[in-house]
Amino acid sequence: MSGNTLHYHYVVPGDDFTKAGMASSAVKQVLKQLGLDPETVRKMSISLYEGEINMVIHAGGGEIDVDIDDEKIVAVLTDHGPGIENIELAMQEGWSTASEQVRGLGFGAGMGLPNMKKYSDYMNIESKPGSGTAVTVMVNIK
Amino acid sequence: MPEYFHSVTLDKDACRGCITCVKRCPTEAIRVRDGKARIIGERCIDCGECIRVCPHHAKSAVTDSLSSIEQFKYKVVLPPPSLFGQYKRQEDLELIRAALKELGFDAVYEVAAAAELVSDATRRMLEQGGPKRPVISSACPAVLRLIRIRFPNLLENVLPLSAPMEVAARLAREKAVEETGLDPSEIGIVFITPCPAKATAIKNPMGTEKSEVDLAISVSEIYPALLAAMNKCAAEGTGPDSAQSGRTGLSWGNSGGEAAATFTVRYLAADGIENVINVLEEMEDDRLSDQDFVELNACPAGCVGGVLNIENPYVAATRMKRLRNYRPVACNSLSGDALPPEILWDAEVKPINALSLDTNPQHSLKMMREIEEIESRLYGLDCGSCGAPSCRALAEDIVLGYSTEDACIYLLKDKVEAVRASMLSLKIDSRDKSGDKNS
Repeated sequence: MSGNTLHYHYVVPGDDFTKAGMASSAVKQVLKQLGLDPETVRKMSISLYEGEINMVIHAGGGEIDVDIDDEKIVAVLTDHGPGIENIELAMQEGWSTASEQVRGLGFGAGMGLPNMKKYSDYMNIESKPGSGTAVTVMVNIK
Repeated sequence: MPEYFHSVTLDKDACRGCITCVKRCPTEAIRVRDGKARIIGERCIDCGECIRVCPHHAKSAVTDSLSSIEQFKYKVVLPPPSLFGQYKRQEDLELIRAALKELGFDAVYEVAAAAELVSDATRRMLEQGGPKRPVISSACPAVLRLIRIRFPNLLENVLPLSAPMEVAARLAREKAVEETGLDPSEIGIVFITPCPAKATAIKNPMGTEKSEVDLAISVSEIYPALLAAMNKCAAEGTGPDSAQSGRTGLSWGNSGGEAAATFTVRYLAADGIENVINVLEEMEDDRLSDQDFVELNACPAGCVGGVLNIENPYVAATRMKRLRNYRPVACNSLSGDALPPEILWDAEVKPINALSLDTNPQHSLKMMREIEEIESRLYGLDCGSCGAPSCRALAEDIVLGYSTEDACIYLLKDKVEAVRASMLSLKIDSRDKSGDKNS
């Protein structure tokens, strides 16, 4: 483990679909430039994009902190939204609490959290109904 | 060296060192150095954006002259579909065909005819499973090179079929050898190119080791001579219809034509390099997995928007639509069950590592930290005065050893200001000292 770590902080605005995905797109550019294995880049980009969209749809935005060292990429997505009532249920494919309006935009298919789980090497959700959610995803660097 | 051959080139005398092309290059492949634009060869995809936007017409494409066809005993010309949209007063394809022969070509082989074979092969590949969905068209060489450089993950989605130009060249040479009995080397296969990317694809092919095209003449080069020949042929009258392609092949000249010919309803067609990049970004993050086929053209409206064309792309597209209406659906199809070798790629198309900082993640992490640190000291105005497209790009260039912080005029101004301040304070000091002596 060397002292070479990179840290990025992004603020995700809430309810603004035009800006949704900007943080994950920025991270993707950094990972590509670092010359990481394309599959690693893909896994992190997809996990982060899903998380970012979740924040916009459900939590009125939030913040993303990304740390990169030569072994792993860790992203912590923190919001102060309504929280997740039942995490087990939320992790099921196709289960969503998104509004009709959001579904009409092509989001809210209930694949967000399951995809984050699928594409990351480690995922943890901490949530308190009424006070917010913090999701951590990690992808190992090959 | 041949790895980085590009047909896009710079007229140094015409270049004023403005940063128009630097800013618009989709792969950040241009820098202004010593007052002139320089292309970073390994990053250039020959899309021609710089030619399109240069206000001083300093950028152009290296192509062959019309007179260069004389070196061959028997000359076959390959007109692309988009050529048929360049001229007014055409009722059919015959006038351009006749005029090309008037210019000295012995035979005409329409690229649109070969495009119909590629469409047939594409349909068969999709039916038989084919590459990973959504399948990406491989016809636009600028897009293919862009994928190799910026989206290597998506190479497995690319259709492993030769572009219509290449297929046409192979078939045209075979046909010419058969008909004339000449040695293949005595036959010149001449493509009329609407863009620099296709000219580059001849010298530096992808999916094959060597292109069968011998020369590439730009549409803009042949345009006036062809117009004169068309006028002559129109006055004399043309012969019976001998056109080789139908609507399917001709529609390849417009964005969406190739995709529609796959007969799938789940397709997407994007044109213009920025739009293409956005679609590839979406694909890379698995957001277009419900599509079967994705057609991407670097130029607006498709090949009719090629930067070496003369006519406005949308005018040309409309004209081609009218011409197509008089043609059968298709005039060419593959025979037999197996896909013929002249249509399949016979060389691997590999990623090009031109954008990453270093192959060792530890080194690149260190470099990235330096980049972030330098960028935080820059003003973030992206003014381009340093010759790089953005402050970020300058920071990268500094870390890669291609530039220095003094290239930034704002940092330089700060430096000058600091020197001025210290010189002023020196002056005050000396006056004070002299004052001391006097008292």
